[in-house]
This record gives sequence, structure tokens and C-alpha cells, in this order.
Amino acid sequence: MKKMKNSATFNITAHGDREIVVTRAFDAPRRLVFDAYTKPELVKTWLLGPDGWSMPVCEIDLRAGGKYRYVWRSDADGREMGMGGVYREVVAPERIVATEAFDEAWYPGEAVDTIVFVERDGKTTLTQTILYNTRETRDAVLKSPMQYGMAMSYDRLENFLPSLGREAIGA
Amino acid sequence: MEPYGYEYASRHLDATFAALADPTRRAILARLAKGDASVSDLAEPFAMSQPAISKHLKVLERAGLISRGRDAQRRPRRLEARPLRYATQWLENYRRFWEAQFRRLDALLHNLQAAEAKTKKSGSKTRHESASKKRRQQ
Repeated sequence: MKKMKNSATFNITAHGDREIVVTRAFDAPRRLVFDAYTKPELVKTWLLGPDGWSMPVCEIDLRAGGKYRYVWRSDADGREMGMGGVYREVVAPERIVATEAFDEAWYPGEAVDTIVFVERDGKTTLTQTILYNTRETRDAVLKSPMQYGMAMSYDRLENFLPSLGREAIGA
Repeated sequence: MEPYGYEYASRHLDATFAALADPTRRAILARLAKGDASVSDLAEPFAMSQPAISKHLKVLERAGLISRGRDAQRRPRRLEARPLRYATQWLENYRRFWEAQFRRLDALLHNLQAAEAKTKKSGSKTRHESASKKRRQQ
């Protein structure tokens, strides 16, 4: 639907009624991008959530029916946020399908993630499709001012509101 | 101060996203982005009757995405940018969050490739590289 900015390498779109689609190009072969997404010691170095958070727990049992679990922790106050799910399909280094659910359900039910890695001329394009169970859920996620629901803290909400206000006035 | 704030954005986003979920309605908005147009102007490029187009226009109007011009004869439709800007704003937050993660991933991939090039040069194989090789052969 709506393309964000004119970036050739990174797009986020709301697709149909229930999906969010994220595409991003990486200047690396897909076996490395796949590794970065599936090896805990690598995932922990980049999937850190918002600034000031770390990822102390990253467990991945990479096979159909295997589970994964991620926990993030705020450096400031030790608050934790966890999520996890079950792999439905794993085709290395091409495709991963997994469920996702957050411990503190900031959206109802679970979503299904499909990540596809396509390599061309040594570069990899990743397409991640997140399918929510209802349109209401999808829209709630897009509406969430918490930036993907991570760090569900009011300080972030407070930071966000003034900028929205400015946008409304200055728009 | 205009009556648009967090509450407004929250209430209207559902309508905005619902209205944008349809390809014909998106095409209508794209057309209106170039300038105001009457219902018959808008119906022309689509293989659709005017009543069918009018139905889509009603949805867009309810979502506040378009309005009607003053010309009583033509009632030209006009694009209203504000709700679109809100929808964009929410997506932008989501985008900003992911871009921060992806930049870190870029750096990691760069380092992995540099490490591979180094080990290739020295002729010794890391555990990581041989694991990747094995997977490729499968």
C-alpha cells in the first residue's frame, strides 16, 4: 500500500487487511544474512530493540516444530520483555516461517512471520511478511506508538506525543 | 490550534487503513494527487460504472481522505493529505525502529565478510565457514 520514503533498499508497507511487509536489501550473500537471523551468537549482536536495551536471552531450535525465545532487557531499569514462537518451516538459507507471540500481549493472539531471503549478484533481499490474525490487530500494531511494541514504557509514549503534536500543528 | 492530535489520529487510522486497503481506491487517490477531478473523470480509466466508483469515493470521503470542491455542477473531488500523513507517521515509527536494527545487521554482515576474506587468504577455515558450506551442499 503505502511506500515509506524513496529508499530502494528498505520498505515497510501495510499489505491487504492483515499483513505488514518489510523488505530490506543487504550487501552480503544470503547464507550470511540467514546466519545472522538464525545463529543466537549473531542475532544477539544486532536484534537489540530500542536504544538502551540488550538481548540477554536468544534461544533458537532451528527446525520445523522447534521453538525460539528472545528476551530483551532495559539497561536503565532492568525491565524485561520476551517473545517467542515455533518454527513451522525452515529451508536454509531461503525461507523461514514461524509464529510470534509476546509475553505481555500487546496485541491479541499470535502472528505468523514469513522471512524469504533472495540473493542476486552477491546481494540479498529480505522480505518479511507478518500476518496478524485480524485486521484490527494489524492496525493496532501499526498504530502502536511504542515502535513495534518493544519497550512498552510511558517515557517513550511521552517522547512520542510532542512530536505528533508538532506534526499536527506544523503539517 | 487545530483539533487534530493523538486522539484524532487514533480514531481515524482504522478508517484510513481500511480505505487504503483497496487497489481501486489507492488508484483514485493517486489520480487525485495530480489534481482535483470529477466523478466521471475518475471513472474513466477504470472499467467500472459511475455508481461503483461513487461507492469507493464514499469510503474515501468517510475516511476523510477526499473532500468535494465548491463547483456545484462538477463536484470535483480533492485529496485531503492529513489522514494520509498520519498513516505515514505510524508506519514511519515502525520503520525507524527496524532501520536501527538493520544498520547493526549491516555492520555485522560487513564484519562477517571481512573475516571470511581473511581466513580464505590465510587458507585456514573457521568453524562458521565450513558450517555454511555444509549447508550449501545439502
